[in-house]
Amino acid sequence: MILAIDTSIGSTVAVVEPHGDVRAVAESAHTLGHAEIIGTLLERVLGEAGDHITHVAAGMGPGAFTGLRIGIAAARAFALGRGLAVIPVPSHDAAALAHLDAGASGPFAVVTDARRRENAVTVYDGADGNGLPRRLAGPELRPQTADLAGDPLTSGAEIVRAERIHAGDVGRVAALMLASGWRPTGELAETEPLYLRSPDVTVGHAPKRVST
Amino acid sequence: MIVLGIETSCDETGIGIVRGRTAAGERNVLLSNTIASSMDEHARYGGVVPEVAARAHLEALQPAIERAVAEAGITLQEVDAVAVTSGPGLAGALMVGIGAAKALAVSLGKPLYAVNHLVGHIAADILDADAPPLEYPTVALLVSGGHTSLLLVRDLTGDVELLGETMDDAAGEAFDKVARILGLPYPGGPEIDRAAADGDPDAIRFPRGLSRASDMAKHRYDFSFSGLKTAVARWIEQREPAGEPVPVADVAASFREAVVDVLVTKALDACAQHGVPRLLLGGGVIANRRLRDVTLARAEAAGVTVRIPPLSLCTDNGAMIAALAAELIAEGRTPSTLEFGADSTLPVTQIQVAAASEDALSVRGGSR
Ligand SMILES: [Zn+2]
Repeated sequence: MILAIDTSIGSTVAVVEPHGDVRAVAESAHTLGHAEIIGTLLERVLGEAGDHITHVAAGMGPGAFTGLRIGIAAARAFALGRGLAVIPVPSHDAAALAHLDAGASGPFAVVTDARRRENAVTVYDGADGNGLPRRLAGPELRPQTADLAGDPLTSGAEIVRAERIHAGDVGRVAALMLASGWRPTGELAETEPLYLRSPDVTVGHAPKRVST
Repeated sequence: MIVLGIETSCDETGIGIVRGRTAAGERNVLLSNTIASSMDEHARYGGVVPEVAARAHLEALQPAIERAVAEAGITLQEVDAVAVTSGPGLAGALMVGIGAAKALAVSLGKPLYAVNHLVGHIAADILDADAPPLEYPTVALLVSGGHTSLLLVRDLTGDVELLGETMDDAAGEAFDKVARILGLPYPGGPEIDRAAADGDPDAIRFPRGLSRASDMAKHRYDFSFSGLKTAVARWIEQREPAGEPVPVADVAASFREAVVDVLVTKALDACAQHGVPRLLLGGGVIANRRLRDVTLARAEAAGVTVRIPPLSLCTDNGAMIAALAAELIAEGRTPSTLEFGADSTLPVTQIQVAAASEDALSVRGGSR
């Protein structure tokens, strides 16, 4: 069974069977408090679903950096404790899979709040032969005031605003990845969180004068 | 009793593994002290950038744990308890370690101990196999890029009192900032040291912060280094219009002397006032040779015994976190519950965070 963790928006943990059935879910919708609640959520789903974990899936964002990292750190540490592999899942893929299940037809863009008056946008169109959402472009950042209909990235795509990401969906994407023969590549791009922004720092300028 | 400690409060990802004592009189044994530092990544910014540090922690954690376990010659399954720093420190950095520690504890089915970083610095001392056991009470002076604190330690696991701390910059930060004023690279401590080698420490009388008679009532054991930094900048600026070259060696030596003087004076004053003939040093700035030399000389004159843990245990590390947890366990303390978070200003009096009540433990145990 797959233990799935995503803290890109709220905190969400799930246990998903290899064929995609969600066995247990524990979630908190709060966009803060990931560090406080992550251990309790883990205990809860393991208690409910039984502790027969074979894989760990981590939602890799995009999302608010501080929260996002907590889930990824937890996923890696849990996996390390059991000698298991971590399957990195773009968090938008989870929202896309849920949207496909709801009967989406044609291209659509998953849009989540990226803070600082920007959205993170990933464009999908249908599913591939393994049932995984087919990613066309993104994730990329767009100003929240941007006209998505007139944007080449998203023009013609249905706009799907995801207020939450569900670990059950993250686990289901991971199950499809496993079924399609996913193996860790060891490539950095796969293990780096989808930050989409450089660290917010300015290179220091010369010290200011203090004399008056 | 093997304890794995995780430390991510600043720019070092520290994983330590300690075999804790099981009886009074026994010693804790250091099995691994693995550190991955992101210091180089901060160099171009002239100081620790929290987001850069937090990203580096996430990258470094897994390989650091793997390295520590290999170095200790154990498997993770042999770990009996997990320990983690819950504060004080950079919140976003602390949270990476906390997320990992909680998941590792749940994964292994082992208890978790959330502990205080500053008290961890004191616990580093009990890992020094060559030193006699720590005696109480002791005054502890902790000096690093993140903190400058003077503590009275009556009992490592039960009674640590904050005597004073910096009101503005940490001492290590002051070194970084003055290095920048002098055009020297980051980190400033070793650079100032190098520049000061040929300088006269008495060439310029820079101010000693919070050392006037009028400061004694409220800030006897507190520190302030921002005024000193400003004084150095002003001294240099005043020479510029005259076209005089800056005597970098003398400025560096005199600045360093002002920092060292105020640190040692206040620490020994604390020893005298509390009748404690013991002083423990900790924190990365202890690497400064001049600070160690002046402390040893003046302490000897004052009849105070000085303890300095090995330098690799003075800088931030996971071994000190594991050591503190090992002591808590040896004292029979209950583990922390899983609900604690990062506390960037965790007071030093809170040695362990979120210790479970005996009632809560029996309920949790019963439901399994
Ligand atoms: Zn420290």
